[in-house]
Amino acid sequence: MIRSIARLVRVSVRTPAGAIWRFALLGCSLFFVLLPRAAAQEPPYFVTYSSALEEPGNLEISLRNTQAAPQNGNSFLGSALEFEYGVKGWWTTEFYLDGQATRNDSTIFTGFRWENRFRPLLREHFINPVLYVEYENTNHADRSLLEIVGHDSVADLLIPNAAARQEVEREMELKLILSSNTHGWNFSENFIAEKSLNESEPWEFGYALGASRPLSLISRGKTCFFCRENFSVGAEWYGGLGTTDGFGWKATSQYLGPTVSFDIPRGPTVLFSPQFGLNDNSAHVLYRFSVSYEVQQVWNMLRRKND
Amino acid sequence: MSEKFLVRRRGATQPRRMLFRAMPGLGALILCMALADGSWMQKVPADYHLKVNPYAGQAAAIAGGAKLFADHCAKCHGADALGRRKRPSLRSERVQVQATEGDIFWLLKNGNLGRGMPTWSAIPEPSRWQIIAYVKSLGPASGPAAALNSSQEKSE
Repeated sequence: MIRSIARLVRVSVRTPAGAIWRFALLGCSLFFVLLPRAAAQEPPYFVTYSSALEEPGNLEISLRNTQAAPQNGNSFLGSALEFEYGVKGWWTTEFYLDGQATRNDSTIFTGFRWENRFRPLLREHFINPVLYVEYENTNHADRSLLEIVGHDSVADLLIPNAAARQEVEREMELKLILSSNTHGWNFSENFIAEKSLNESEPWEFGYALGASRPLSLISRGKTCFFCRENFSVGAEWYGGLGTTDGFGWKATSQYLGPTVSFDIPRGPTVLFSPQFGLNDNSAHVLYRFSVSYEVQQVWNMLRRKND
Repeated sequence: MSEKFLVRRRGATQPRRMLFRAMPGLGALILCMALADGSWMQKVPADYHLKVNPYAGQAAAIAGGAKLFADHCAKCHGADALGRRKRPSLRSERVQVQATEGDIFWLLKNGNLGRGMPTWSAIPEPSRWQIIAYVKSLGPASGPAAALNSSQEKSE
């Protein structure tokens, strides 16, 4: 996998779009190194959302990547640069910039997303609902695979970039997020409904389930690098549920895989997950990895220190 | 009825109508002011109020709590827990003396989302107790800075 990513990066730097991505990655790396950070309390999921919202005033910057080599197709690296900001205790907003690099093809910017999550109940319950609203403006070449809906299939990943980028989709996505925290475990269930705004297509549905737990429930006083309290492990299971014209598991992708996160002391949080396709419409395996960095009270940095 | 009279009549009833329309809003405002006196402790159920911290006074747990506090709480409440800007001091009489450990546990679990305090329910329970053990170990602060932060908290 590492070799194929290295190849993709080499592809990406040969093209102008690749150079832009390289500078974006370099900028993010510098940002991660220069700013103070803190551990977020989000579970180690790539697709599933929990009820954990960003703390008010905090900004989390993440680079989420998905690498896969579909059967009879070129391997690709889909990336999403995510900016997540806690507006209120009950409201988090996120902005994504998506791009991808495909081997033997090209590196392109594929679009943007703007999402908002609202917590309608202000107290903690056994099941905590969160409402999610997203506007997407991405083209068909998008490979970030942040959700699977409708009849999304591995065949979509075989279309050459030049053809796929011609078709731009403006979509509204709604999610009902249910999440529970008990005995150190997090259990989250997402129900997804997506509607195209520029074409008269049926509603598309999907789901995502996740369970996770930190390896240690208590913190040791000493700063340590590879100690259990810095790791969380879990599993995700997600896929499409068809459309209003044909609801169900047929002709859509399904994935299942373990996830692990590592909170690097005084550094970013790193997530990794191999996710395995469960049917012929899925890629054999998606390798997902992300680096995220939380900047606490971002506006305080702009104020005078002795304020 | 002349048009001039109608205009005068409309003018006479408009303030009353506006007042009538504003009544629900005024009611909600008064209710919000009544609830926003910073007394979140009144919302704590009795079973939480009586909860006992299993890590109270344990040096190792307090050291772990200090690390968690630095990671999650210090940016808002200050590294010395005396509060920063509009964020309240955790070394005030309210937190250190009036609030039980169970009260603070309830606050960490539920947050005070309407007033900017997030929920920390994703942090495991033992870790939350460690944070509380650390905060309680700090004790009440004295001096002008502590008094200023305490008065800010009361005004919230």
